Amino acid sequence: MIRVQREDFDVGAELDRLSADRGSVGGLCAFVGLVRDMSGRRAISAIELEHYPSMTERALEQIEAEATERWPLDASIVIHRFGRLEPGERIVLVGTASAHRQAAFEACEFIVDWLKTKAPFWKREHTDAGTRWVDARASDSAALARWDREDAAGHGPSVRARGAPKKAAE
Amino acid sequence: MKIVYFAWLREKTGVSEETVSLPDSVNDVRGLIEWLGAKDPGYADAFDDLAVVRVAVNQEYANLDAQLGPGDEVAFFPPVTGG
Repeated sequence: MIRVQREDFDVGAELDRLSADRGSVGGLCAFVGLVRDMSGRRAISAIELEHYPSMTERALEQIEAEATERWPLDASIVIHRFGRLEPGERIVLVGTASAHRQAAFEACEFIVDWLKTKAPFWKREHTDAGTRWVDARASDSAALARWDREDAAGHGPSVRARGAPKKAAE
Repeated sequence: MKIVYFAWLREKTGVSEETVSLPDSVNDVRGLIEWLGAKDPGYADAFDDLAVVRVAVNQEYANLDAQLGPGDEVAFFPPVTGG
């Protein structure tokens, strides 16, 4: 499930929903991204998150579908906030549910790596020195490329999706 | 054609979205950028370093060679920083 919203979310309630009525779920993995209070040596008073509404949901749906194809997930959720957020506030939740932990861990990390480099959001920081757009980090692209390399090398995710790949079945 | 701009590309061009009619000579993203850059110094500044400009055509990532038609929506934005 995908949600793009201004308001906060309840992590516990969202994770409960992932496993509700799904007896096969043996593990949940969650990543929660928060607004930091420092940018380098400057104190952050707030950030603003801008996004491209008509592209955002489509992009997030694509990545969730890709994760579901690569790993045997029973359920997943991605919630990303936009607008003005203060230090300590939650920005994003990625939650994955699977029979076993490894698929849940890997799929969660994959989705986070992907949305750091592909989901159309932009952060602007407010500090006492003014405002500035946050620069993309090369390390985020490197983190995503890791998943490509694993595929290219023929290893792929260490937990294979159940059954035939969906693309082949269609 | 509709063009939308985000983050500092919106600030440098001074517009968040606009509708333009392309001349016959412009048929891909690269041509569109050149055409826009010739219009106004703010656009030229926004497109000065294409290494930090990302493009989407109809809400999908695209490259400079992507072909364009009159009904397309083109978006220009910096590398993303969400998550």
